[in-house]
Amino acid sequence: MAAMAKLEISVAADGIRMVLGGRLDADGLAPIWPQARAELVRNAGLPVRVEAAGVDYCDGAGLAFLVDLLRMERPADAQVEIIDLPDRFRHLLDPFDPAAFRPPLVEGGARENIVARIGRSAAGFGADLKSQVAFIGEAGRALAYALRHPGQVRWRDTLTVAEEAGVNALPIVTLVAFLLGVIIAYQSAVAMRQFGAEVYVANLIGISMVRELAPLMTAILLAGRSGAAFAAEIGTMRVNEEIDALTTFGFDPIRFLVVTRLLAALAVTPLLAIYADVVSILGGALILLTFQIPLVTYFNQVFTLVDLHDLMGGLFKCLVFGVVIAGIGCLRGLQTGSGAAAVGLSTTRAVVSALVLIVIVDGGFAIVYYHLGI
Amino acid sequence: MSAPIISVQGLAVGFGDQPLLQGLDFDIQPGEVFVILGPSGCGKSTLLKNMIGLHQPMAGRVLIDGDDITAADEEGRRRIQRKFGVAYQSGALFGSMNLLENVSLPLEEYTDLDASAIELAARLKLSLVGLAGSENRMPAELSGGMQKRAAIARAMALDPAILFLDEPSAGLDPITSAGLDQLILQLADILGITFVIVSHELASIFAVADRVIMLDRDAQGIIATGKPADLRDNSPNPRVRQFFNREAAV
Repeated sequence: MAAMAKLEISVAADGIRMVLGGRLDADGLAPIWPQARAELVRNAGLPVRVEAAGVDYCDGAGLAFLVDLLRMERPADAQVEIIDLPDRFRHLLDPFDPAAFRPPLVEGGARENIVARIGRSAAGFGADLKSQVAFIGEAGRALAYALRHPGQVRWRDTLTVAEEAGVNALPIVTLVAFLLGVIIAYQSAVAMRQFGAEVYVANLIGISMVRELAPLMTAILLAGRSGAAFAAEIGTMRVNEEIDALTTFGFDPIRFLVVTRLLAALAVTPLLAIYADVVSILGGALILLTFQIPLVTYFNQVFTLVDLHDLMGGLFKCLVFGVVIAGIGCLRGLQTGSGAAAVGLSTTRAVVSALVLIVIVDGGFAIVYYHLGI
Repeated sequence: MSAPIISVQGLAVGFGDQPLLQGLDFDIQPGEVFVILGPSGCGKSTLLKNMIGLHQPMAGRVLIDGDDITAADEEGRRRIQRKFGVAYQSGALFGSMNLLENVSLPLEEYTDLDASAIELAARLKLSLVGLAGSENRMPAELSGGMQKRAAIARAMALDPAILFLDEPSAGLDPITSAGLDQLILQLADILGITFVIVSHELASIFAVADRVIMLDRDAQGIIATGKPADLRDNSPNPRVRQFFNREAAV
């Protein structure tokens, strides 16, 4: 094994002499590299003679060190010269042109001014909006076609997606809905107790869960589970050129991938919401028992106030949420670039877009329902 | 002859209980360019993955510079794995990093070099494989061949004594492929790097290989060992001659 890298530097009026020897590798060079560089910078006007006869090993890091000494811009009479480098290493060093490595790489280049950045963001937002509108059109057309020609729908794929997005989501929906019922019951019962109005907690839970919270919570869970899964799966298919393969076979990726997921989401979202309604109301009932409100009273209160309009209003919202979540998940998946990072980005965008759209759609429904008196 | 840098002894590899290759015995000398070849599906890449400690073999052992990677614990395996670099068939570049960052990563983690030195060392490696000027590009922006070259640059980042290359020439244009062959020969000759290459690119094999082993699925083992030209011209096994002469199986 050769000795560690050694560097002796002597500075005289007529130039710098560096005697280099030993094993030029990353371990040995770490301490001497900054020292040599600093010396060259400090004496930028002096010629440098690097005597390298003692070098007995030089790997990639060693070559980088030698190139670093040679690449610095210096006056014509203050050049760096490497002499007596053993031929076997000289052969490795010669192909590199030190000048080509001169400019250190600048990350990202010059910073764009704020107006240009705002413009670019606005243009990106506009393009995204346009692609969403185009996608809604395409998906809507494909869905309408599927409903007119049910024989051409890939029902087996649809059932598989429905099972994954619906049945397999039951445990998490149960947990969240039950706890939501429990939490609302506790929070409101404590306040209402002061007025002896604990019994009206049942009305509060019934109306808030059926009209608003169960559909919203189901949608958010679906966006996090299935919207993300749709984007990741279709995104990976995009990266693996599976979408291209579908296209070149003459298949429509929208019909194959999007329609099945839209139909599955349309089917399972309202069912999950009904299930969440029931579980959360049961959760509330359990808590109110501890406040001495009998189950009969509790359910009477719930069913007198909550009517079919409330239930249907909540379920209709769910249908729209389902379409939004599946649609945006598929769209983001289809928009995936290449590489693993692009799949991650698509998944994130799918969840964020779905959450934003859910809130916007929900706000829209609140206004419309108010004016319709529902 | 010096002590082998890699010694494979009685190795059996496979999937689950199904052996793919059994009774493999061979040594690789320091500075040797050693090629593992054979028809598709014969287990070349599986053997490679067992040799580099990614898979546990069904039997036998693999000594890398005297240390048995198959018997090493987690820490020991990591220490042995630092002695070699691997360029995977698909490149396996980190998609969230540009090329410079991909090559710099091992240098940042395992050396005490400062940022400027690491940047230059990584640029030199990329320049060696013909990717100067592409330092800031992301893997997704590169062709398959460029990704493969970048992967080789990354495998060389720490200047390991051994480089495992899985199908390095596949998908490369002839000029780049010839340049890569030249680079392999130069690094083996001057720096004494040992190359273990999985390949079935005949032109490259003839250009670089000091010695080859040929695997066969039916024989579940090595059916030929030697210099590629000797095997092409003198092998008593018709399958070996067919392979080297690019003749269709009858």
